[in-house]
Amino acid sequence: MLHDLSLTELAGLLAAGKVSSVELTRHFLARIDRLNPGLNALITLEPSAALAAAAAADLARGSGKNSPLLGIPLIHKDIFCTAGVRTSCGSRMLDNFISPYDATVVERLKAAGAVMLGKANMDEFAMGSSNETSYYGPVKNPWDTSKVPGGSSGGSAAATAARLAPFATGTDTGGSIRQPAALTGITGMKPTYGRVSRYGMIAFASSLDQAGVFARSAADAALVLQAMAGFDPKDSTSVDVPVPNYAAALDAPLKGLKIGLLEEFFDGLDPRNAALIDAALAVFRAQGAETRRVSLPHLPLSVPTYYVVAPAECSSNLSRFDGVRFGHRCADPKDLLDLYKRSRGEGFGAEVKRRIMTGTYVLSAGYFDAYYLKAQKARQLITDEFRAAFAEVDLVIGPTTPTPAFALGAKIDDPVTMYLNDIYTIGANLAGLPAISVPCGFIDDLPMGLQLIGPHFAEERILGAAHQYQLATTWHRQSPRGYE
Amino acid sequence: MATTDWEVVIGLEIHAQLATKSKIFSGAATAYGAPPNSQASLVDLAYPGVLPVLNAEAVRMAVKFGLSIDARIARRSIFARKNYFYPDLPKGYQISQYEDPVVGKGSISIVLEDGSVKTIGITRAHLEEDAGKSLHEGLAHASGIDLNRAGTPLLEIVSEPDLRSAKEAVAYMKKIHTLVRYLEICDGNMQEGSFRCDANVSVRPRGREKFGTRAEIKNLNSFRFVEKAIHFEVARQIDRIESGGTVVQETRLYDSDKGETRSMRSKEEANDYRYFPDPDLLPLVIDEAFIETVRASLPELPDEKAARFARDFGLSVYDAGVLSASRELGAFFEAVVAAAGAAHAKLAANWVMGELSSALNRDNLDIDASRVSAAALAGLLARIVDATISGKIAKEVFEAMWSGGSSADEVIAAQGLRQITDSGAIEAVIDAVMAANPKQLADYRAGKDKLFGFFVGQVMKATEGKANPAQLNDLLKAKLGAP
Repeated sequence: MLHDLSLTELAGLLAAGKVSSVELTRHFLARIDRLNPGLNALITLEPSAALAAAAAADLARGSGKNSPLLGIPLIHKDIFCTAGVRTSCGSRMLDNFISPYDATVVERLKAAGAVMLGKANMDEFAMGSSNETSYYGPVKNPWDTSKVPGGSSGGSAAATAARLAPFATGTDTGGSIRQPAALTGITGMKPTYGRVSRYGMIAFASSLDQAGVFARSAADAALVLQAMAGFDPKDSTSVDVPVPNYAAALDAPLKGLKIGLLEEFFDGLDPRNAALIDAALAVFRAQGAETRRVSLPHLPLSVPTYYVVAPAECSSNLSRFDGVRFGHRCADPKDLLDLYKRSRGEGFGAEVKRRIMTGTYVLSAGYFDAYYLKAQKARQLITDEFRAAFAEVDLVIGPTTPTPAFALGAKIDDPVTMYLNDIYTIGANLAGLPAISVPCGFIDDLPMGLQLIGPHFAEERILGAAHQYQLATTWHRQSPRGYE
Repeated sequence: MATTDWEVVIGLEIHAQLATKSKIFSGAATAYGAPPNSQASLVDLAYPGVLPVLNAEAVRMAVKFGLSIDARIARRSIFARKNYFYPDLPKGYQISQYEDPVVGKGSISIVLEDGSVKTIGITRAHLEEDAGKSLHEGLAHASGIDLNRAGTPLLEIVSEPDLRSAKEAVAYMKKIHTLVRYLEICDGNMQEGSFRCDANVSVRPRGREKFGTRAEIKNLNSFRFVEKAIHFEVARQIDRIESGGTVVQETRLYDSDKGETRSMRSKEEANDYRYFPDPDLLPLVIDEAFIETVRASLPELPDEKAARFARDFGLSVYDAGVLSASRELGAFFEAVVAAAGAAHAKLAANWVMGELSSALNRDNLDIDASRVSAAALAGLLARIVDATISGKIAKEVFEAMWSGGSSADEVIAAQGLRQITDSGAIEAVIDAVMAANPKQLADYRAGKDKLFGFFVGQVMKATEGKANPAQLNDLLKAKLGAP
């Protein structure tokens, strides 16, 4: 079936003229029609625009153009601004917001010929680990619809896992690509901070946010990242480092690769989870990689550090949603203060408000030093420890999440338990490091992820190692029942 | 009870709008007076997802200013967010610099009324963006927002509390005004708000070290308002203390119609701005090479020019200061001197500061639009120097040049204003005047020496003012004999 083919295979069929982009697009649109109602993964569908873009891609191909993503359908997380299309960020605040411009990521993928089918559900303003904070309702996990898909990019992950598109975009601030990728059994890549432009990606925590990709394999992710990555003069934090050829790096042998096992990741790890990681390590060792233990003593401070830094930045980033220029405005404001209070009070959900309040608190006079400054120091320590570790090893490997997907509603009323879900993923965001999650087995019939973290701009090495692992395993080929 | 001798303490925060073509963090134009919101890009409107990109030209201008006040240029400075809600602040925060400004401690000197020179410390100068404007008039039940100004680059120049009177404050502000225009980093237009200040004012009994509680007067956009607002505020504070009250720390507004300041918000009502480094912008790193490039581009500064005028042309400190108050005026003066000869620089200075300046003021013209060019003025001075006309006649000639656009020589020829320097001709007139006024002659000779002026006047009248005054004086004395 077309939807079960990899991006690489689909690109081959398109290039050989065995299938047209219009046919491919129709195929996926039909699957979305049939399967999305049970998942709630997409919240905006753009069938006519998609078919027009597909026809244009076919025409371009007819006139000699060729590129790996030309005519390939995709789904954008609804955090990316798309010109003329609603960009809600999962919030009532932006339910009526039609973006007048394209995010750089959207623009680049469009330029590469990819065809947008629609936009994916997400936790409101990317704040959440279960996709339950969305104004548009929770996304269901295709492996078990009573379970969450993870978050905040839950819609993108569920859609990719359910084969509603060959790939999807996501963003990762504290694990929002890797955690849902792990919980839905797909591959999710968060590049180095600054590798992909943040322009047009609605900001949650600017110093942590990074755009990335969901695909069904590291090889597919490499093709997508190729089109997304690169310096953007419109984003001062994007880095002007040349983009290597990711696909060409996939075949690098693992022999001699030094893999670090983070002691802090294995303390108190569920034995079933540990067994999956051990099995994965055996695969790497079998190919000649070496493993050794490394320790990052301050890594356990990741979660508290993150929950100071991220809310602080979000409390400021979300100030622009004030009911004045765009987005939700309350009815009949009686004065300016009333306009602000009710527009924001009605427009934002509980988790967003919680983080705005936390962030406002940690930045306020008298608390700034005790919270924000201290968190920055902890962040620096964690970054330094990662740097020291990467002087010893090429990659570090560990679990992506502590547990498989949990039940819808199980943690939504207990924010601290929910926040601990990101315990293994946050470190890479604090240090700005590239990381990937690849499927590595199942617990209770639910998929689990293996996380590979590398030094800054080591995307090639990470994708290569993940690809070699996927050549030797079949976990990433598993399809949720009913979505084969 | 003797009244306390109060000492006034003032510090100014000057906001100079930098003369960049585009905004500090977006590509939108900064031109003044465009239709509302026609110069507001998505970045200025703070649309979801947009990001700021620093305008390098604004940085260059800030460094230029820093070098001109001998300040340390920070090799690494940080942009911070100042968070507060207001409709004309679209992001809900202003991007400014807080703990690490681009320009550190420097100083500038001002000339006081008694001619002495005082050095005023400048604490820092930092880059920030301006807010938009709220328009509360002309709309029923609504306020309008114009974001054209939002994101315009500002250099905020913060002085030490070194100023001791309203006059010193004005002198300092004028000095900074001169400097930023010299550097061509600000157009200095105060009506349009390109150059404005907040004044921190307090009083303390003379001799006490501890500062009094200060009030901050916001948004003063003329030198006159600065002076008046400070006068009012000082009197208000002294009156309050002397009548048993205390000054409260607060922000006040100056009402130029009523000539008074009034409370805007107290310290308790002040916002907690929650400053933190802006994660969308990298630290601003400035290297030595950049600083040296900017240094090489610095023009001759006002103090340097004034010193040169005093040294090379023998001008007084005051005159040298006036003539170097703007680059354009200094250039005009130098052009006159170049044509007239350095030996006549003082004469040139008197004419530029005198007749020329009053004519410009009268017609409300800038020096660049002067109707008498530097070369033409030098032509007029040459006729004074060679005694073709007297200084008095020269003023008439100047007026004719100003309104008619002709050269001095053309005016002199056309109106027959050439001075009479022929002794015989002057003597003939003197003889005629003496003959016509026998009584005055007798009185003069009898000792009424004040009548000398009468005879000068009669001769000048008869010659239509064209007799050479010095010659006339000598000849008349000889003819009249001793009084």
